Amino acid sequence: MKIRKNENWAAYQKEIADDRYYFARSCIRQNIFPAAENLYMDILKNVLGRDVFDDIKQTSCTGIAYHSGLIPMETIMTVVARQFSLMNEAGYENFIVSCVTSFGIYVEILETWKHFPETLQKTRESLKKATGRTFEIPKNLVHASDVIYRFRKEISEKIKYKLINVNTGEPLKVVDHIGCHYAKIFPEHGIGGAEYPYVLAGLTDEWGGAQVDYPERRHCCGFGFRQYLLKSNRGYSVTNSKKKLDSMLPYKPDLIIANCPGCTFFLDRWQYVIAEQEGITYSENGFGIPVLTYEEIAGLLLGYDPWDIGLQIHQVTVEPLLEKLGIKYDPAKKYEGFNGEKIGNPEKPLTLRCI
Amino acid sequence: MPALYEQLEKDVRFIEGMKACMNCGVCTAVCPAAEVYDYDPRKVVSMVQERDEAQLEKLLKSDTIWRCGECLSCKTRCPRGNVPCYIIQALRALSIETGFFIESEQGRKQLAIKRTVGDHILKYGYCIYFDEVDLETYPEQGPVWEWMRKNRVSVMKRLGTSYRENRSGTLRNTTSESLDDLKKIFDETGGTDRFEKIEKYSAAKAKELGKEFSEEKDEYWKFLYNE
Repeated sequence: MKIRKNENWAAYQKEIADDRYYFARSCIRQNIFPAAENLYMDILKNVLGRDVFDDIKQTSCTGIAYHSGLIPMETIMTVVARQFSLMNEAGYENFIVSCVTSFGIYVEILETWKHFPETLQKTRESLKKATGRTFEIPKNLVHASDVIYRFRKEISEKIKYKLINVNTGEPLKVVDHIGCHYAKIFPEHGIGGAEYPYVLAGLTDEWGGAQVDYPERRHCCGFGFRQYLLKSNRGYSVTNSKKKLDSMLPYKPDLIIANCPGCTFFLDRWQYVIAEQEGITYSENGFGIPVLTYEEIAGLLLGYDPWDIGLQIHQVTVEPLLEKLGIKYDPAKKYEGFNGEKIGNPEKPLTLRCI
Repeated sequence: MPALYEQLEKDVRFIEGMKACMNCGVCTAVCPAAEVYDYDPRKVVSMVQERDEAQLEKLLKSDTIWRCGECLSCKTRCPRGNVPCYIIQALRALSIETGFFIESEQGRKQLAIKRTVGDHILKYGYCIYFDEVDLETYPEQGPVWEWMRKNRVSVMKRLGTSYRENRSGTLRNTTSESLDDLKKIFDETGGTDRFEKIEKYSAAKAKELGKEFSEEKDEYWKFLYNE
């Protein structure tokens, strides 16, 4: 039987636990988009009624340093083992990873322990010796976007807005960008695999939008770890983001949805840099294409206030998207501080149009 | 010191990544680094496969092994199940172990990453930390970031974070017990030793290049980070 291209994703499914999660935070998401994880937890707890545990004892998985060639594999394995030990201590068995780099790390380590059992034994010994801790492997380990995918229909029943342009009645054109380490390393651990990832496209389909299939859909955002972390090497990063943005431009996307904190950042900020350096903007009237994460989209559609969920700290202005969605917002509150404190507005870029 | 190949073969990433390369070049076709650099993962795998000690030493002293962005797109595509990125990871580790990393412009930049991301992990418990991300170091952060930094206490509170607080939540302080655990894990598993090697070899190279070398963002760091 011939399988149509747009159904290939269905061959790649995985188990996503229903409830009682231990949540591992992301270094980049917390620092660059600090409202996003609170929103994620709020949706899980208060919209979906799930139990999710936020542990003060956890640390970075060290993944960004590992992929920059700084950290030995034995070290990152033992740091990850400590996170599992904390999960055990808190009485949970299902592990949610907020960061895509970390998700790749966790999956890779679990696979390494499976294929090279001596590394698991060594990790147990190292953790015990260093911290006195022991650990058990989680029963279920998924990326944070997998959980939103699992509950996309439940969320659909509660949303107040759809991914539809209220002015034209047409579905919004949505580009999905999947972080490389979500499924390229181990396709069987990603919804839809690496070729036809469906974890975000499934949200677009469910919530009324239209998928944009463009030539560089699978290309990396250009993080490149040490390539971005050094100012001298940063051309690598912006060049690869530009390759994607140029490729999607003819399709006039209304929105980019991403599941990786780093990708969200690069596709947002490099639009600012490309505008200021090259005079190129990627949306109508000098605006950029808004880049939001899965929980930010879910939050908007569920009716959260855009400024409560931190959309003002994206460099690309989101108001054109809010207008298309028919979402009411108060422009005066956008740049208020705590308790309505007046703290002034950010400066405007010279070329990229910002409100 | 054991032969370089002997050391490489102890790394599970090398075992997993190096099967049998037929030089088809699919890895290079899909590689984001090959888009922007004179970098060809196909050649790296081919060279390593030849098992020539002298050639391997040359590779470990070259810029080549530092060009990969570790996106791992090559893992998905290789028809023979090789993983050029895993081979690169093993080569990078060996380059630092042997001190060869300071022989290339790109390799010696490991010090600049160690002094930022590496040290931040042990100081804050995060790979990156808000207070350290200034516009001079990261100008692409843009005006919205500048506004956020200027008003950090009010904005972070407005967004419901636990910034600089000792409670759970976004951007909370990492507990001293957790930071101690990280340090002990680094000591036990070679992380501290790796960091010390980077500092030790870099001190010698900075002296050779006539750059001031002390700590944090010294003259040598600025040279490596910016140029």
